Amino acid sequence: MQLSELHARSQHADRAFRVLAVVAATTVLVVLALITVTMSKRAWPVLEHMGLDFFTSSRWSAPEGIYGALPFIFGTLFTATIALALAVPVSLGVALFITQVAPPWLKKPMVYLLDLLAVVPSVVFGLWGVLVLSQHFGLGRSFLTAGIILAVMITPIITSLSREVIETTPQTDKEAALALGATRWEMIGASVLPHSKGGLVGAVMLGLGRALGETIAAALVIGSALGQITLDPYASGNSMPAVIANEFGESDGMHKSALIALAVTLFVITIIVNLVATAIVQRSMRRSRGT
Amino acid sequence: MTADDSHDDIPVQRAAPRIGHRGSGDPQVAIDTPVVFDLEDVAVYYGAFRAVRGVAMKVLKNQITALIGPSGCGKTTLLRAFNRMHDVIPGARVTGKLQYHGIDLYGPQVSATEVRRRIGMVFQKPNPFPKSIYDNVAFGPRVNGTKNKIELDAIVEKSLRAAALWDEVKDRLGSSALGMSGGQQQRLCIARTIAVEPEVVLMDEPCSALDPIATARIEELMRELKSRFTIVIVTHNMQQAARVSDRTAFFTAELDSANDRRTGILVEYDVTQKIFSNPSDERTENYITGRFG
Ligand SMILES: Nc1ncnc2c1ncn2[C@@H]1O[C@H](COP(=O)(O)OP(=O)(O)OP(=O)(O)O)[C@@H](O)[C@H]1O
Ligand SMILES: [Mg+2]
Repeated sequence: MQLSELHARSQHADRAFRVLAVVAATTVLVVLALITVTMSKRAWPVLEHMGLDFFTSSRWSAPEGIYGALPFIFGTLFTATIALALAVPVSLGVALFITQVAPPWLKKPMVYLLDLLAVVPSVVFGLWGVLVLSQHFGLGRSFLTAGIILAVMITPIITSLSREVIETTPQTDKEAALALGATRWEMIGASVLPHSKGGLVGAVMLGLGRALGETIAAALVIGSALGQITLDPYASGNSMPAVIANEFGESDGMHKSALIALAVTLFVITIIVNLVATAIVQRSMRRSRGT
Repeated sequence: MTADDSHDDIPVQRAAPRIGHRGSGDPQVAIDTPVVFDLEDVAVYYGAFRAVRGVAMKVLKNQITALIGPSGCGKTTLLRAFNRMHDVIPGARVTGKLQYHGIDLYGPQVSATEVRRRIGMVFQKPNPFPKSIYDNVAFGPRVNGTKNKIELDAIVEKSLRAAALWDEVKDRLGSSALGMSGGQQQRLCIARTIAVEPEVVLMDEPCSALDPIATARIEELMRELKSRFTIVIVTHNMQQAARVSDRTAFFTAELDSANDRRTGILVEYDVTQKIFSNPSDERTENYITGRFG
């Protein structure tokens, strides 16, 4: 009697939860679909007008009605690459230091500081880039300046997430290595990194996502409105979000459509980055589970 | 300073009269059996908490020494003191005399990594690295400087054979260790430990997660390994202690009147047969006959 009541109630809660989950998931999907549909519709005119040249040509001139987005796509990817190259080693190093080396009295304030840095508004970083990097250190407005700013911006996030992932390494896994006469670094290589690989890739990808989409900071320091394609880090260029932020206010017609097409491109790139990241994470998790 | 802080320094409580010393002046120790560990008045603290105190015992070479006693009496804690595993726990410290072949294990010149290379450890829960079977066994030799592939291959095979695992895994050395059964994983952990040719193997309830068949294999393994290694094993299974060990140390936890917490003490340490047939201490007898909670 009592047992069956209990049974019924738990089934009830179960069903309510399932409905809630389905509704939430559907809402997210619907919003995503809406964004995709409206954006693609608005982007369509310029794609019809330029064809594939939109992605492959490098001249962007609103007065002439020519929209080649390649320099901006390149600028986005180039600055994001610089940012990752700088941020990943630093983030990993700091996360490992905090979790494996730092004494408890140092650990707390460092974690606090990092979490604080992670929420500094990006415009602050951008202005700091202009004042300090561009002017004081004479880096000008360039891919490098933008890359450094982005690196500074994403380092706290990557560090913070990496730290959390690394801390989930079970003590027994670490002791397994230490008990074989491994030093601290050998233990990190054998236990900590394999255990946290998936999560670390995830942390880096989240940082990359933020670097790709960052608007304000990049717009302030990346340089010229006309982008250029060069691997010279001291050259100035432009990135997709920066162009959108700079030009959207005064745009209309085809120009506006071109900017929206840039946004869609950015959207697709971040989705691809995320899919790749998910695949990497799942593969490494499958491998360490041993199938 | 409050009265609470000072209790550790009161000498009267240190020198618990009849506790722990019974086994140390053991007449049954053959003159020529080398002593591997020599403990006198060893205590282990977690911060201010004294988990085990006043331990005096000698661990003899090529013997299996079993540590038994009720849960929480400090068996794991003492075992980890033997290879400086407490170094990695913030706040944990070991006091007293703990000598390894006459050398103070906690002396200023002694490196914990060197200690652990010579004194290996197998844990309660199998904890292979998320790597291939081969890499698990080769890890220890690699960090200790063996890079040569042919040499490594030989070590891996020899260790897996010694752990009675070779025939089961020789065709899948490259697959992940996490895909093995619990019993296989534990034997892999034993293979990994003996691959670095330690002198001592410490085992903390190595069979607690295993079925009777896997347990029997590991016990058989321990008897085989005895000729090459000195083994110290913590176990809750008294039949196991009686079956495999040469000497047995019985611990219990006593209320520390000074701070109201239970501290582990060594009650009796003797030849296993004597402990199980004719213990000298009433508490030991109560425990092995099951009259103790
Ligand atoms: N890392 C730690 N920090 C603080 N106290 C600890 C720690 N590890 C163990 N203790 C305490 O030390 C005492 C002895 O614990 P220990 O694990 O050595 O007991 P044990 O004899 O191995 O018990 P079991 O048979 O249950 O494994 C217990 O009171 C336990 O709570
Ligand atoms: Mg234990």
